[in-house]
Amino acid sequence: MTLADYLVPALLYIGVFFYAAGSLGLLRFQDAELRLHALTKADNVGLGFVALAAALHWGSVAVAFKIAAVWLFALMAAGATAQLMARRAKTAAERGTDR
Amino acid sequence: MTLAFDLILCLMIVGTAAAALLTHNALAAIVFFIVFGNLLGLAWLAMNAVNVAMAEIAIGAGITGVLLILTRQRLMALGDDLVSAETPGWLRAGAVLACTGLTALVGSAVLSVAPADDLGGPIAALLPELGIENPVTGVLLAFRAYDTLLETFVLLGALVAVWSLAPGNAWPRPPASLNLAESGGGSVAQAFGRLLLPLALVMAAYLVWAGSDFPGGAFQAGTVLAGGLIIAAIGGAVAWPRADNSILRAVLVLGPGVFLIIGLAGIALGRFLFYPPGFAKAMIVAIEYSLALSIGATLALLLAGRSVAPDHRS
Amino acid sequence: MPTLMHLYPLTGAALVGLGLYGIVTLRHPLRQLLAVNVVGAGIFLILGGLGRGTASTDPFPQALVITGIVVAVALTAFGAALVVRVAEEERARDDTAAVEATGDSA
Repeated sequence: MTLADYLVPALLYIGVFFYAAGSLGLLRFQDAELRLHALTKADNVGLGFVALAAALHWGSVAVAFKIAAVWLFALMAAGATAQLMARRAKTAAERGTDR
Repeated sequence: MTLAFDLILCLMIVGTAAAALLTHNALAAIVFFIVFGNLLGLAWLAMNAVNVAMAEIAIGAGITGVLLILTRQRLMALGDDLVSAETPGWLRAGAVLACTGLTALVGSAVLSVAPADDLGGPIAALLPELGIENPVTGVLLAFRAYDTLLETFVLLGALVAVWSLAPGNAWPRPPASLNLAESGGGSVAQAFGRLLLPLALVMAAYLVWAGSDFPGGAFQAGTVLAGGLIIAAIGGAVAWPRADNSILRAVLVLGPGVFLIIGLAGIALGRFLFYPPGFAKAMIVAIEYSLALSIGATLALLLAGRSVAPDHRS
Repeated sequence: MPTLMHLYPLTGAALVGLGLYGIVTLRHPLRQLLAVNVVGAGIFLILGGLGRGTASTDPFPQALVITGIVVAVALTAFGAALVVRVAEEERARDDTAAVEATGDSA
């Protein structure tokens, strides 16, 4: 057993914990902004830990760079869509409509 | 462990499909369908079919999902409330009976076949001749190139069919704009689109190149390109061209055209779609790059829809 | 003799049944289009799942499924365009009928 053999599952568990926290927030929080906050922040941290675990598991620098690129794409997409959804929710709330 | 994973995944696939079909809210149904497509992608990954997983997630869940959401939005703008009328009880009971019976029948047919990787060996033996290592690319572009050639024409035909639905006073104007700038939030969407389109181009080029030896290929690359184009269109960074734009038309027929010309040239050397020995990989990669470009443009325009009249905003 | 290897193709069979139920009972064309896609996904799963070996999956059905997925999206796009066009025609007809009913020539 090397250090990586202990680190990979540990990182996976941490990642899953953040996913669970984000999903719990999505289900429990009251309004759109709070739910988005839970979903984008916690889940991206979770994804980061899972990506780190995957990179360690493969143990190759080239693969690690590709996994890092995947994580960055996910961050960008989550950030942009969260902004758009929050603005949409804000204008909908101002108009007092549901959609 | 794997058994538990497979079982849970299959239950979730059937569950999300049922939710997508049974829920009353059309938007919820579409969202469940997108989740369903992503889970299906995981199922293909679990079966070691990475090429299919990429195509399913990108096209089956991604492009189809956006297409359904966009169509819902356009129908709502036309005053359609998207409520599926209540069907009579006898019809539902009959449908349950008939569909359960059919499922049982298909299920028993499935059980009568023993799953086996029958052609994997023979195909692997033929690959060195082509100079590529991805067996799925080999089947698509060499062993069953007929199918793929026809498929690219089906895609082109679908776009012509969609375009032909344009009213006379709209043709050949561009499709309805997807630009979000009008409804606020345009700057974020625009920045995202401007950032993503060049990255999508690089990614698509990489996917075609990697597709010779690793999972990937023209269809996956074309979808990435289409995704980049659609996000750029939502941000207003690119505008849809007119349907009679000659550059656009050249891009649309480039892939099928190159494929057909190389196929016809093969006749001179023996038979239709014959690649000369030693040049197979070069020809496959040339076909795939032109195909990826055409598929990307075709998919993006299929999603954008047909020409709309100037007074028409949806 | 059912084996574990049959799990995914059997899931595909269930999807075919579910999707057909959707096509019969859903009364909105967009929802029916979604149901057609579920049936298609089920057929792909049967086709690909039966080519599953112990370590790898038969590349031949994989290529057929990729072809099928692309044809399915082309069909869905055409269907969606038809649905929108029909809705436009109905809207135009209703508008004309409303104008005639009120006797308003504008």
